[in-house]
Amino acid sequence: MVSTINRRVAYEKSRQRRSIAVAAISSLVVVTAIVIFIPRMPRWNRVRTSFFNGDVFRDSFPRLLDAFVLDVKIFLWSAPAILILAMLVAMARNSRSPALFPLRAFTIAYTDIMRGVPVLLWIYLIGFGVPGLGLERPWNSPLLWGSIALILTYASYVAEVFRAGIESVHESQRAAARSLGLSHWQTMRHVVIPQAIRRVVPALMNDMVSLQKDVALVSLIGPIEILRRAGVDKSKFANFTPYVAAAVIFLCITIPLTRMTDYLMERERRRTTGTRVRS
Amino acid sequence: MRKIALSLAVTGSLLLAACGGDSSSSDTTVASGDAAQSASECAAGKTLEEGVLTIGTGDPAYSPWVIDDKPESKEGFEAAVAYAVAKELGFEDASVKWVRTTFDEAIQPGAKNFDFNLQQYSITEERKQTVTFSDGYYTTNQAIVGLNDSAAKGATTLDAIKKLKLGAQAGTTSLTYITEVIQPEQEPFVYDDNAGAKAALDAKQIDAAVFDLPTALYVSAVEIEGSSVLGQFAAQDGATADEFGLVFDKDNALATCVNTALATLKDNGELASITAQWLSTSTNIPVIK
Repeated sequence: MVSTINRRVAYEKSRQRRSIAVAAISSLVVVTAIVIFIPRMPRWNRVRTSFFNGDVFRDSFPRLLDAFVLDVKIFLWSAPAILILAMLVAMARNSRSPALFPLRAFTIAYTDIMRGVPVLLWIYLIGFGVPGLGLERPWNSPLLWGSIALILTYASYVAEVFRAGIESVHESQRAAARSLGLSHWQTMRHVVIPQAIRRVVPALMNDMVSLQKDVALVSLIGPIEILRRAGVDKSKFANFTPYVAAAVIFLCITIPLTRMTDYLMERERRRTTGTRVRS
Repeated sequence: MRKIALSLAVTGSLLLAACGGDSSSSDTTVASGDAAQSASECAAGKTLEEGVLTIGTGDPAYSPWVIDDKPESKEGFEAAVAYAVAKELGFEDASVKWVRTTFDEAIQPGAKNFDFNLQQYSITEERKQTVTFSDGYYTTNQAIVGLNDSAAKGATTLDAIKKLKLGAQAGTTSLTYITEVIQPEQEPFVYDDNAGAKAALDAKQIDAAVFDLPTALYVSAVEIEGSSVLGQFAAQDGATADEFGLVFDKDNALATCVNTALATLKDNGELASITAQWLSTSTNIPVIK
């Protein structure tokens, strides 16, 4: 018995060593190929000066960081609004009482229409269209209406994510809650929603990462944020390096966010399932 | 033998005389014809497509540069200039093909799908690094358009304009003018195209927008109700007024041919008459100090 377990353990350890060696060798080969062959391609120098120019990078980086602050602000005030609105829409969609049918119909229309039209169009329609109806400053600010456009569109996507989470909670949970005497809203609040949210956290983070980049669309209606600043610098220097610098700044935020998503997924998986089948 | 030699000598000398005479007379005809023909001779074989001149313009192309977004109709200042240059280069109206590009696309580095592009491009040193310009075909100042019932009313000095919320199209000399010369107190709003700036003026999100003078006159007269041109900016010391040039692929040999053609059009007054026909005289717009 013991020798069988030891043999099994030894076998698995040797498999693991082999896969680490294969991974290391293949990575080395790929990186070496990139480092050796790409500079030998005929127009590498031109591409390098066009996209990876150190002087232009250093020159435009501080301005890009400044402009990025506006992106972060828009994200920070849009994300909570999106989550709240999406949760309300998902719960309304999931109500089962017949009296609430108009509400359900409205939320179905809302998610269909908002998701069916590209975000770009909504930003123009709401960002220019609504203020154009005659609002005075500061109520016609493009930041305000651009953010509202983003909030409305993203809430429709996130509402569907929440709805998927709510519907994935097994009906037996609701039956058990009902047999304990909880009303519909008490069930939702104490039993269904907490489970639903935990299940859809990775998908939610996905949407948040995507939102962080779509915030740049607000630049179409005027405010100078990082992508617009990169574009103006690109025209000024006739060089694409400002875009690469902007990409680096975005990655500094996105990569920690995605790593945190992975961590949350892993934690949830460890909590709900005990074993892990090896490869 | 002697007869043959004599006849050979006579024939030979006649031929020489004829050749000599021919070359001298053809020299003079080529010399006088050079100025008139060399633009078209020069252009032969240098276009993207043999026998066809491909011209690029904006999408859409705005008035008064192109009327009704139809450059084929030859109506509009730039449409008329394009066809006049094409004629000088030896391309009849039927051999001219139009393609549309965005403003930004044509001045980026890279291969082009047109022989030249005209979209009110001002000749600047930065742009010369990536594209080649012809000589200028029109010179103008920047002008500012504001709404009558906003803070822009009555702003005719630079100090008053500094306090306004301004807007302009990205990548244009108008935007550079705002950031470097006007230096407003509030950061300006920047748009992908003039249509965005006009929509923002309409929505009162900006008080005033900066365009080149003819565009400003057209916008205030036709496109936005209740707006007017507040003034034009005189060329600053050291900087010259905006000169529009045709945009070519970098180091395109066709540019020299086009310069010859433009010189001809300037000399014989055709460029001046096209300007007078399509662009209103703008001498009564106040200059902002």
